[in-house]
Amino acid sequence: MPQKLDLSSFARPAGNGQSTMTLAVEGVHCGGCIARVEAGMRKIPGVVEARLNFSNRRLTIAWRNHEAEPADFLVALESLGYQGHPFQARAAEQEEVRYEKWLLRCLAVAGFAAMNIMLLSVSVWSGNVSDITPETRDLFHWASALIALPAAAYAGLPFFLSAIAALKARSVNMDVPISLGVMLALGMSVVETLNSATHAYFDSAVMLLFFLLLGRYLDASLRRRTRAVAGNLAALKAETAQRVAADGQIVVVPASVLAAGDRVLLRPGDRVPADGIIVAGQSEIDDSLVTGESVPRPVRESATVYAGSVNISGTLTLQVTAAGENTLIDEIERLMDSAAKAKSRIVHLADRAARLYAPLVHTAAAVTLVGWLAFGASAHTAIVVAITVLIITCPCALALAIPAVQVVAAGRLFRNGIFLHGGDAIERLAEVDTVVFDKTGTLTLPEPQVVNAADIPPGLLERAARLALASRHPLAAAIARHAHERSAFADVREEPGQGICAIVDGVEARLGSPAYCDVALPQRPDPYATDASWIAFRHGKKAALFAVRQSLRPDARAAVDTLRSMGLRVRILSGDRADAVAPVAAALGIADWSAAVTPADKVAALDALKAEGCRVLMVGDGLNDAPSLVAAHVSMSPITAADLSQAQADAVFLGERLAPVPEAVVTARRARALMRQNLWLAGLYNLFAVPVAMAGLVTPLIAALAMSGSSLIVTLNALRLNALRLHRGGAPIAAPAQAENGPAAPVRALPVAEGSRA
Amino acid sequence: MNVLVYLLPIALSLGLLGLVAFLWSLKDGQYEDLDGAALRVLGDDDLPKEKEWKEKDR
Repeated sequence: MPQKLDLSSFARPAGNGQSTMTLAVEGVHCGGCIARVEAGMRKIPGVVEARLNFSNRRLTIAWRNHEAEPADFLVALESLGYQGHPFQARAAEQEEVRYEKWLLRCLAVAGFAAMNIMLLSVSVWSGNVSDITPETRDLFHWASALIALPAAAYAGLPFFLSAIAALKARSVNMDVPISLGVMLALGMSVVETLNSATHAYFDSAVMLLFFLLLGRYLDASLRRRTRAVAGNLAALKAETAQRVAADGQIVVVPASVLAAGDRVLLRPGDRVPADGIIVAGQSEIDDSLVTGESVPRPVRESATVYAGSVNISGTLTLQVTAAGENTLIDEIERLMDSAAKAKSRIVHLADRAARLYAPLVHTAAAVTLVGWLAFGASAHTAIVVAITVLIITCPCALALAIPAVQVVAAGRLFRNGIFLHGGDAIERLAEVDTVVFDKTGTLTLPEPQVVNAADIPPGLLERAARLALASRHPLAAAIARHAHERSAFADVREEPGQGICAIVDGVEARLGSPAYCDVALPQRPDPYATDASWIAFRHGKKAALFAVRQSLRPDARAAVDTLRSMGLRVRILSGDRADAVAPVAAALGIADWSAAVTPADKVAALDALKAEGCRVLMVGDGLNDAPSLVAAHVSMSPITAADLSQAQADAVFLGERLAPVPEAVVTARRARALMRQNLWLAGLYNLFAVPVAMAGLVTPLIAALAMSGSSLIVTLNALRLNALRLHRGGAPIAAPAQAENGPAAPVRALPVAEGSRA
Repeated sequence: MNVLVYLLPIALSLGLLGLVAFLWSLKDGQYEDLDGAALRVLGDDDLPKEKEWKEKDR
């Protein structure tokens, strides 16, 4: 039965009777795809323009109102072989885009100014050692001032505003010495130019801004790219709901537009789109994403279900409840709030350095001033030397030391399918000594798997899998994944609550409960633990039994072993029953596990670990993990996690494998080592530069060389992080392409690389 | 020395021209899809129509 798909909530009015909407498109790989998609969309009557952005895989369509339906676009895309998902830009992403553009404009202005002033400065420097006249030098200095002052006023804004904000909060960040250094350098240069002096520092001030903006821009651009991918993934994951209108008509709407009181139809296999109460029907609900419980829960009228659960067997009608009516979510949010409050503010390495650094350089400048005055220099000379000390120590290298490493590390993780929500998570990841895993959906795969596929004859498996393609039952979906040919059989009948049947090769084929297929359950105790569900298949005389249950991620054991060999303690805190957790813990060799833990107990367990002095990395996916993700020192979630949990986690990883967890920790440790090195390099630079400046020997030429040289050194040092991969023969351990290969070998090689650093 | 009177303004205005051109291209959205631009240039279906699809909206 074709249903009306209502996507009007995604359309934006564009003026002159037109609307636009944006779709995240899956399956775009090449230039040919761009042409095909755009041409296909423009063929739809009413469409005015279609533009596919290849960088972020988003298609923007404009159409004349009433002449085209948004739902047609999805159908047209599908007929071309692409999947389109309506996309709603998030405020946070738009903010990032704006900030990045602003930084790029500032960078352009600073770059223009730096180049043109350098043109003039080099002339002055070469003239100073040959035959420049004082008049020409003054002219060049005035021209430099003309460029530098407006350019610095514009390009320096990101630093000035941040410095003011920090000072208002009565703290000092790195932008305070930066702003002070730039302003003093410019002010002094203007005064020196007025007095026709030999040296002016316009070039130093603007070059400093250029280098610093470069670091910030790279940082912002990486964050924006991460957000764009996260936004697309959210669109891909976004659920639709079948809303039952007052007249009984069913309209498919995006889950995000559901309001309290709406009635929603849930067919078997549907994910629950919003929290609500069952008003009709009975079924079983898979709550694994909500509570961690792996065994389905039977529900009937007036039972409460939560967004993220999956309806398994029967058709249900759900009445959506408003936020605040829901005891579980309220409890989770209350726990999250208190965990966030309890989380003491962590002082980042960069802030620590800034706190140490700012007073130190300001004292050095003051000592210089007093020293030169004491030795009988004029006030003018003393002030000029003191300011050159401030200019030369302006934390060019220091301000780049940490962001440069963060950008390289985040970029590396990004390529390996790990998305960081903030660069500061790297430092916290490097400090962990304990890893706490949730079980369901984290150590295990989020969807149930056929665990005995190897025991079933391949021909029979293929037929069962193709028959299963016709069903939306979650257990059937597990079997359907084994189909090589992805077309369903024709004329498949579904017997609600029993199974499906079709005529295959002239013989009836049935897939469903063992009784429906007339297949006996195994007599001996089943070898696949207690929580497996049995699905039977019969085709004529041949029959097979499939054991379907939650199974471990393919490389879980290797990943846990790697974590242990890195000296980390590994624990399991699961909301599931003890007899479901015990086999998993045994398979992974984890002795330290707890089962049937409530969200509040999870937070309490983490607090107890914290009290012991442990720094905990929490890896979890369920709604019940959200508070503990906040409470932990640092946290990660798989991409299949509940939305609320994903928003709390510091990092999100893609794919079926668990290897991203050790990969993230290794990269973070290496990154922190490089950050430390960079801070030392920056300190060393000052150790040499400051005495020279205090002695009054610094000229603008020396300042320019020293500043750009030190910035270059720390940036190159940061890039060494990428060499980490080369040590292991170029195999990024978290690359999805490696999923089929034995994960153990590359993962085990990690500690070696880690050790070679120390 | 007199040569500076016009060389200096010329040098500066050339630089300024570059800056303005960059800021214009940024505002025009030419950096929104760098990967796509690299592929589009290879397409041989650049009919005159293509100019009309200029990006109004991201």
